[in-house]
Amino acid sequence: MTEIIRLKEVWKVYKEGEEGQVIALKDVSLHVNEGDFIAVMGPSGSGKSTGMNLIGSLDTPTKGSIFLDKHNISHLSESDLAQVRGRRIGFIFQQFNLIPNLTAKENVTLPMIFQETDEFQREKKAAELLKMVDLKDRMDHYPGELSGGQQQRVAIARALANDPEVILADEPTGNLDSHTGERVMKFLNDLNERGKTIIIVTHDPHLAMEHARKIYWLRDGQIEKVTEKVKGKWVDSHR
Amino acid sequence: MIVDYFNLAFKNLKRRGIRSWLTLIGILIGVAAVVSLISLGNGLKDAVNSQFNIGSTEIISVQAGGVNNYGPPGSGAAKPLTQSDTDAIAKLANVQWAISRNIRNIKIEFNKEVAFTYAASIPDNQNYADHVYETIGEIKPAQGKLIESGDRGVIVIGNNLADGNKNGLGRDIHVGNTLSVNGKDFRVQGILKKTGSILYDNMVTMNEVDMKNLLGYGNQVDIIAVKVIDQKQMNQTINNIEKLMRQRRNVKIGQEDFDVSTPQSMLATVNSIISGIQIFIIIIASISIFVGAIGIANTMTTSVLERRREIGIMKSIGARNEHIFYQFFIEAGLLGLIGGLIGVLLGVAIGYMGTAALNSFIGSTTKPLISFSLIFFTMVGSFLIGAVSGLLPAIKAAHESPVEDIRA
Repeated sequence: MTEIIRLKEVWKVYKEGEEGQVIALKDVSLHVNEGDFIAVMGPSGSGKSTGMNLIGSLDTPTKGSIFLDKHNISHLSESDLAQVRGRRIGFIFQQFNLIPNLTAKENVTLPMIFQETDEFQREKKAAELLKMVDLKDRMDHYPGELSGGQQQRVAIARALANDPEVILADEPTGNLDSHTGERVMKFLNDLNERGKTIIIVTHDPHLAMEHARKIYWLRDGQIEKVTEKVKGKWVDSHR
Repeated sequence: MIVDYFNLAFKNLKRRGIRSWLTLIGILIGVAAVVSLISLGNGLKDAVNSQFNIGSTEIISVQAGGVNNYGPPGSGAAKPLTQSDTDAIAKLANVQWAISRNIRNIKIEFNKEVAFTYAASIPDNQNYADHVYETIGEIKPAQGKLIESGDRGVIVIGNNLADGNKNGLGRDIHVGNTLSVNGKDFRVQGILKKTGSILYDNMVTMNEVDMKNLLGYGNQVDIIAVKVIDQKQMNQTINNIEKLMRQRRNVKIGQEDFDVSTPQSMLATVNSIISGIQIFIIIIASISIFVGAIGIANTMTTSVLERRREIGIMKSIGARNEHIFYQFFIEAGLLGLIGGLIGVLLGVAIGYMGTAALNSFIGSTTKPLISFSLIFFTMVGSFLIGAVSGLLPAIKAAHESPVEDIRA
């Protein structure tokens, strides 16, 4: 399988106060192959959100390297990183993070505006994606007029707008009831079956074990273990 | 792409509602003031120009000056001009003719009502009278006939004076009616055509003999109208008149107690005064615009702080720094532009209302001068003022860290 993302000996250290510092990630190495469904698991403060930011090229490491398609993106400028994530990574957040004064359709259109897709294509694609997440009749509704589950589905449609290879979901069901959460996870499973690489960050082991095929277990900024689902059973994996 | 930014910016402004409107007020007031004052000022210049009625450009006016100068030009001079001044000027080179004119305040009574206006003398010499009528091309009879040589006990009145709604006498005056002027009865022998000039529409003309007897100013002359033969030598003639008058009045250069001017020079003076007032008010309006710009900068800075999360979201879905910059920059520009647009509309409305008031006050038919370029440059200027005010907040927004913003 083709490797799509690799974190190599990555450290992330935040400065705190005059001299203090917080080590959020300590010598983390992991890789993601095309078509994987991966979960990054860990309790609060384990460094999973920092990991997600680095994988999603929202942030750069203090030390170590991040490769996307074997290209080192660790030292790219913020604008170049924006370009990378805009084209290749779709984000889904726990808080949905839709722009409140834009309709569902406009929210889905937005990433395409940043990639300078022409208006006709944008409109067509946004309508298709919203139809795919069963929100065809809610296209012109504002986020405030939608339920949590509907908002998360808009966020999924938005994440798919530029047809990225990787979908990065941070606690995608964290703010949803179990039934709605299941529905959202089903969408992610469907996307994975269609070839998208899915990475979810969660603290919920059941969610991770039910949907992912590989889990990176984080604790105190380090990878504690890696497990893989082999023939329906979870087994420790070589990193 | 740029249209999308305008669209996004407009939606954001709409969302911010009352705060956006309040931010606009400074720019709005400034722009309204600039547009209305420029259009009014230009209209006013137009009105003044029309009041001057420069029928003949070869005419030089000579007036006496002085501290006691109330009422019509020259009429209250400390040291008035006299007929002998007129005669002396008439003998100068390049002078075709020089005519003594008197313009004085008078009281008229009609229909048991009293009104105050002014009378202008018409020379008893028919040639001179014709010169006056030719020079001031506006004086034409609408009814009856003009004052002529030998006319006694008769007057010709301006068009507004004939109108009961405008003359303050409560009744229309017709040819043949008798008016009391300073207590003496005169028959109206003519009514002048409407000119749109406050001077001529409210004027009473009478034969200079009648006027001298009625008002008892003896040999005094208020204005000497001088016509030159060769207009190319206008300046030389003015210099000669000034020299002569200095000798006759025994004054030195720089201490003249008289004034020699042409309609053009008087007009230029008035226009420069209006321009001065315009510039002064535009400076004051600029302060308002500056305050407005600070308001926009303040609003945009607050907006960046409030929308950090939104900035983070946009960056996470692929917005580059310049995208964020453009959005805030255009949003600030749009604030300025909307302020400018409303300001222009308000300014135009004030311009029209102002000229309507001016017209009804002085009976002129002026229109505000609103040019496309004035509106265009005001709008572009408003956008730029807004955009420049939003420059620093937009730069700040563009360089926010997506990770920190998304947590905000």
